[in-house]
Amino acid sequence: MMASKKEEPIIEVKNLSKQYNIGVDTTYKTLSESVTSAVRHPIKALKDFSSQNETFWALKDVNFEVERGEVIGIIGRNGAGKSTLLKILSRITSPTEGEVRMRGRVGSLLEVGTGFHPELSGRENIYFNGSILGMKKREIDEKFDEIVKFSGVEKFLDTPVKRYSSGMQVRLAFSVAANLDPEILVVDEVLAVGDAAFQKKCLGKMEEVAEGGRTVLFVSHNMSMISSLCETAILLEKGTVIEKGKTGKVINAYLNSGQEATGQIIFSKNHPGDSEAILLAVRVLNKDGMPITEALIDEDIFIEMEYKLLKNDMLVYPNFHIYDQYGQVVFVTSDSKLDHSCELKNKAGDYVSRCKIPANTLNNNTYYITFALTTIYPLHVHFCEKDLLFVTINDPIEGIYSRSKGYSGPMPGAVRPLLEWKLYGPKDSRLGDKT
Amino acid sequence: MTEHATDYELVIRPKYGLLDLNWQELKEYRELLFFLALREIKIRYKQTVMGASWALLQPFFTMIVFTLIFGRLAKMPSDGVPYPIFSYSGLLLWTYFSNALSQSSNSLVDNAPLLSKVYMPRIFIPTAPCLSGLLDYGIAMSILAIMMVYYRFVPGISIILLPFTILLTFMLASGVGYWLSSICVKYRDVKFIVPFFMQLLLFVSPVIYPANIVGENLQWLLYLNPMTGLIGAHRACLLGHTPVNFVGLGISAVLTIIIFLSGILYLKRTEKYFADLI
Repeated sequence: MMASKKEEPIIEVKNLSKQYNIGVDTTYKTLSESVTSAVRHPIKALKDFSSQNETFWALKDVNFEVERGEVIGIIGRNGAGKSTLLKILSRITSPTEGEVRMRGRVGSLLEVGTGFHPELSGRENIYFNGSILGMKKREIDEKFDEIVKFSGVEKFLDTPVKRYSSGMQVRLAFSVAANLDPEILVVDEVLAVGDAAFQKKCLGKMEEVAEGGRTVLFVSHNMSMISSLCETAILLEKGTVIEKGKTGKVINAYLNSGQEATGQIIFSKNHPGDSEAILLAVRVLNKDGMPITEALIDEDIFIEMEYKLLKNDMLVYPNFHIYDQYGQVVFVTSDSKLDHSCELKNKAGDYVSRCKIPANTLNNNTYYITFALTTIYPLHVHFCEKDLLFVTINDPIEGIYSRSKGYSGPMPGAVRPLLEWKLYGPKDSRLGDKT
Repeated sequence: MTEHATDYELVIRPKYGLLDLNWQELKEYRELLFFLALREIKIRYKQTVMGASWALLQPFFTMIVFTLIFGRLAKMPSDGVPYPIFSYSGLLLWTYFSNALSQSSNSLVDNAPLLSKVYMPRIFIPTAPCLSGLLDYGIAMSILAIMMVYYRFVPGISIILLPFTILLTFMLASGVGYWLSSICVKYRDVKFIVPFFMQLLLFVSPVIYPANIVGENLQWLLYLNPMTGLIGAHRACLLGHTPVNFVGLGISAVLTIIIFLSGILYLKRTEKYFADLI
C-alpha cells in the first residue's frame, strides 16, 4: 500500500485555468454605479460579484505533476502567471477551470510577516503569524526558541514590532516562516528581502528544507538560486507551461524565450512603469544604429532605452543590469553624469538613454539585459524589467586582439576586458627596448 | 502534524457549491479564531492611557447623558425601574452589538493581507471582532452589578436565559457582519453607511424606552428589529422587574438565525472573489 502511495504524484495539476476580469473597476466600485441594475435584478446583483466585460486568462490549461520530495522551480517573466498559480495552489483564489490534487499538508509563504501588527510585541507576533501560517499553538511553543534564535532578536522579544528596524522585522517574520514544516511548501520570491548575510542564512535554511525530503515549489527571478535549489523547473509564459524538466534546460528556454530576436522591443501598449514614468522601447544596437542580437567581441555595442516622463522636475537614473546565463549579475551601469547635485531636472516628455559598452569588454557569452529607471531621492523604482533583451558576443578567434596569438581555447570569465599591460624585463632585453 | 498527513488529500476545484462550509477545516483552524480575537483585544487598547476602562466609560457616560436627557427632562417611562439602571442594562447589550457589528463589517477590508497572502477560513475574520467584544461586555457588566447592588435588584430564575440572549446577540452581530463585510469588499460604501445606520437603529431599539411605549397595533413594527426582543429579554432576565417577553424573544431568535445562516451563505458564496477584488 505504501508503494502505491509513493507512486502517486504529490501534486497533480490538471487543465488549470484562471480568468480575470479587467475593466475600469477591477478593484471595487461604489453602490450608485450598480444601484440601477440591482433594482432591476436584485438577486443577480448580489450573485454577480464579478460581472465585468473584459476578461483575460492568467492561466490557461496548465498541466503538471510534482513527485514527492521534488524541489521544483517555477520561472517566467512578469505577468506569466506565476503568482496566480501560487495563489491557486495556496487556496487564496479559486481556479476558473480544472483541478489540483495535493496529497499532503500545504504551507504557503507568499509574503513574510503577513498579519504582523506594529503595536504587538515580537513574541505576540510570532504566535499570531505562526497561527496564520497554519501552525498549532503547541507547535509554535515547541519551536519558539528556535524561531527566536534564528531571527536574532532575543533582546527585543517584548518590544512592540514598530520599534524594530525594518531588517529586524523581516528577520523575525522569515524565522517564523522558515520553521513551518508542512509536506508541501509553496514559496514565492520572499527570499529577496533582508541583508546579504541574512539572505544567505535563509538560503541555507531552504536547502535544508529541500534536503529534508519535503516537496517545495519555489518561484524566483534569481536563476542562480533556482539552479542551486531545484532539480526540476517549469517555465510559464502567458499563462501556459511552455517547458518543464531539468532545471538547466528550462532556464535556458526561459532565457531564450520572450526576447525578440530582432534586438528591440517597442511597447505599444501595456507599458511597464508607474504614474511618473513609463518604458516605451528597448534596443541593443551596433555602431550603425541597427538592432542586433549578436555582436563580435571587438565591436562596440549600444544599449538603448526610450522612456517617457509624465511629470516635470523628476531626477531619474536610467540603469541597465547585465546578467550572464546563470543569472549572476555581471555589472550594473547607470548614467553617472546625472548627479543629483547638478540640479539637472528633467521635464516631462520622451527621452532616450544610450549606453556604450566598448569593444572587448564582454566575454563570448550570452548576456541578458534588465532595464530600469530609478529615482534616488527618495529611492523609488519606476520600472525594472528583467531580461528583456539578450546579446550574444561571438569570438571569431582569428585576429582578435584580446587573445594571445595562436591560442584558440576557451577564455573563461564573466567579462573579458582589454586591459593595459606592460612588460618590464632585463635592461638589455630585446623586448624591453621596444617600449 | 506530519504523522497523519499520508491520507491527506486536498482537491482544489472551481467553486460552484451553494454552501461548502468545511467543518473539519474550521475545527483544524479553531486556534486561529482565538488568536484573531486575542489580537483584536490586545490591539484595541494599546497606547491608550485609560486602557480597557474605555469598555466601562463608553456605556457609563452614555447612560449618564441618557438619564439626564431622557430620564429627567423627557420623563421617559422605564417599566417602573430607576432610569439609570434601565438605560444601562439596555446600553450594555447595545454597545456590544454596535461595536461588534461595526468592526466586523470593516474586518475583511481592514485585513486585506490576510485575504490576499494566506489561506485560512475567511469566516473567522468577521467573527473575531464579535468574539473579542464579549470581553468588553464582561468588563462593562461590572458597573451593572454595582448598580444592581445599589438599587437592590436581585435577578430571578430567568437569569438562566442571559447566556442565550448573549449568544443570539453574538450571532446577530456576526450574521450582519458576514453580510456587510462581504459586500464591503466590493462596495466600500458600507463603511459610510454602517455608523449612520447604527445611530438610527439605536432609536428604534428599546434602549432608552421600553418596547411597550409603542401602541399595541404598531408593536410588531418594532419587533422587526431583532434587537428589540433581545434587549427586552436581556433587561428582563437581569433585573427581573418584568417577565421575559417570550414572543418577542422568539421573533428575535428566528430573525437572528435567518440572518446568521444567510450571512454565512453569502460570505461563502462571494469569498472566492475576495482575493481578486480587495
